[in-house]
Amino acid sequence: MAFLNLHNVSKGFGPSGRRMDVLHDINLEIEKGEFVAIVGYSGAGKTTLISLIAGLIRADTGNVTLNGLEITEPGPDRGLVFQNYALLPWLSVYENIALATDRIFPNWSADKRRAHTEKYIAMVSLTPARDKKPGELSGGMRQRVSVARALAMEPQILLLDEPLGALDALTRATLQDEIVRIWEQDKRTVVLITNDVDEGILMADRIIPLSAGPNATLGPSVKVDIERPRDRKGLNHDDRFKAIRRDVIGYLLGAGGKKRVQVSRKLSLPAIEPEDLTHPRPLFGGRRPTRRGEVKRESVEVDA
Amino acid sequence: MRQLANAFDNAGLTWFSPFFRIASGDNPKEQLQKIATLIGAPVVAFSIFLLAWGLVAANVKVSFGSIPGPIAVWHQAGEMWKDHWEQRAKAVEFYKEEGAKKAKYLAKFPDRTYPNRKYSGPPTYLDQILTSLKTVFAGFVIASLIAVPVGIVCGLSRGFFAAVNPFIQIFKPVSPLAWLPIVMIMVSALYNPTEPFFEKSFLSSAITVALCSLWPTLINTALGVASIDKDYLNVAKVLKLGWLTQIFKIVIPSAMPLIFTGLRLSLGVGWMVLIAAEMLAQNPGLGKFVWDMFQNGSSQTLAQIMVAVFTIGGIGFLLDRVMITFQKLVSYDKTATIH
Repeated sequence: MAFLNLHNVSKGFGPSGRRMDVLHDINLEIEKGEFVAIVGYSGAGKTTLISLIAGLIRADTGNVTLNGLEITEPGPDRGLVFQNYALLPWLSVYENIALATDRIFPNWSADKRRAHTEKYIAMVSLTPARDKKPGELSGGMRQRVSVARALAMEPQILLLDEPLGALDALTRATLQDEIVRIWEQDKRTVVLITNDVDEGILMADRIIPLSAGPNATLGPSVKVDIERPRDRKGLNHDDRFKAIRRDVIGYLLGAGGKKRVQVSRKLSLPAIEPEDLTHPRPLFGGRRPTRRGEVKRESVEVDA
Repeated sequence: MRQLANAFDNAGLTWFSPFFRIASGDNPKEQLQKIATLIGAPVVAFSIFLLAWGLVAANVKVSFGSIPGPIAVWHQAGEMWKDHWEQRAKAVEFYKEEGAKKAKYLAKFPDRTYPNRKYSGPPTYLDQILTSLKTVFAGFVIASLIAVPVGIVCGLSRGFFAAVNPFIQIFKPVSPLAWLPIVMIMVSALYNPTEPFFEKSFLSSAITVALCSLWPTLINTALGVASIDKDYLNVAKVLKLGWLTQIFKIVIPSAMPLIFTGLRLSLGVGWMVLIAAEMLAQNPGLGKFVWDMFQNGSSQTLAQIMVAVFTIGGIGFLLDRVMITFQKLVSYDKTATIH
């Protein structure tokens, strides 16, 4: 059995009767040490999927297991990096990360815990901003803190929920490289949720498209067999890159694409003639709108 | 200089900061414009108010004579200030004489104890202000100690809030004048030590203030706790924080700005309620002062009451500014504008 296993998982929302399945029949197997990217449309249910793995919500049917154990509640063995960072704004960078360290390793000595926290601050190169509050940091720096907090828990699996979605392109590229660099240090299992196919191919070992919702389901998994370190510039001309990209985008636009819904109805327009604004409007009494059926005669001036 | 200006801004005394900003070399034209609007406009408005008051006062006759104008009131305030220091001097004199008497007495009868006597002069206006401040703070502290914890529980538990909400809705609009008799009877019944540390009138007033002022804090705390960003709670869930850590590390800090908004409203309500409570409970503060002046009906009565009105207004304003400063200090979002 795989390290992380989702078997026939479905999850729906809404009142009974009009309940809609957001995710339908999801099957996913991830091996230990793998870096898997899941790409899909926004609103497809990517965050629902990662919340299921994190244990923040329970699946309606099917089961999610990590290491053979069913996931029933959130826990520190799954480090979650939130889409909008979710840093505590009243705590400094150090305190935000220390909150995780102190909770997960309460038996360590204070010195050891401090060293552990400092290590992860250094890992995301934020040592100079150690005592700053999240409000004083840029978006990219905040996301680094969030990553450091998740890593400081030393989780078995790291869940990244569109971690770079809110960043500008340059910061995004830097952080992509940084996350890959950190991942290569200890090869932890990573699930990356993203809406950017290129990002997925650049970072992951395997890329899986998620079809558009409702009833979103995972498409065929595509292996990214491009050797690391991957060169961002060279990649664009790499035939393997192009092929993977074509496959994934092809699935997202084709079989997994948005289901177009056709609705047709008769349009009823108001039967009112437009008002002639060149006539002055009387102060009281006003004018009654002229209905199309009431027009007796029409005169049009035409240049002869 | 710039830090000083920021400090003034933080203290809610925004009127003075332009002066320091000019001194620190900020664009003088812009700062002068600020001075014109921040100080000029209120000064003009206040002058118009004083003028209108003077005109009305000169033309209205009441049973005590004519209504005092601004100058008479100012003069009266000076009298009350002078009176305070005269009383102080008398008290000092009294204790000096007492000390001499005591020494003499003990020299004569070394085996007896001298009965220590207290100066029994009337409390002065400044003493009364001090009493009022003590009373309002006592009431405010009682109110906060009840309202903040209950508010937190209300915010955390929908069921508890549903249970408590009817009481909040029913008791919130009750006037201090309705609470006071109940409180006074309860205090007389339950508080009868041989050597009272608190006066009964003080306790009744403080408890009445607490009863009337705890609602804004309670409601705002509950709202602040209930509206915590869901992501913060998810962080707590992922980290599996214990509930105490969760409350102290996540719930309270995140609700802090609204808790302080509540506390600020509470202190305002408390100060307003206090005057009425003191009038009825005969707690020797500003409320009793106003009532006594009204009862003795001398020619100075109106002027004295007007001095009291301005004092009450001024102190209320200062209390509000103090709370704003605290609010800014504890709020994690330093960019939030609080007025």
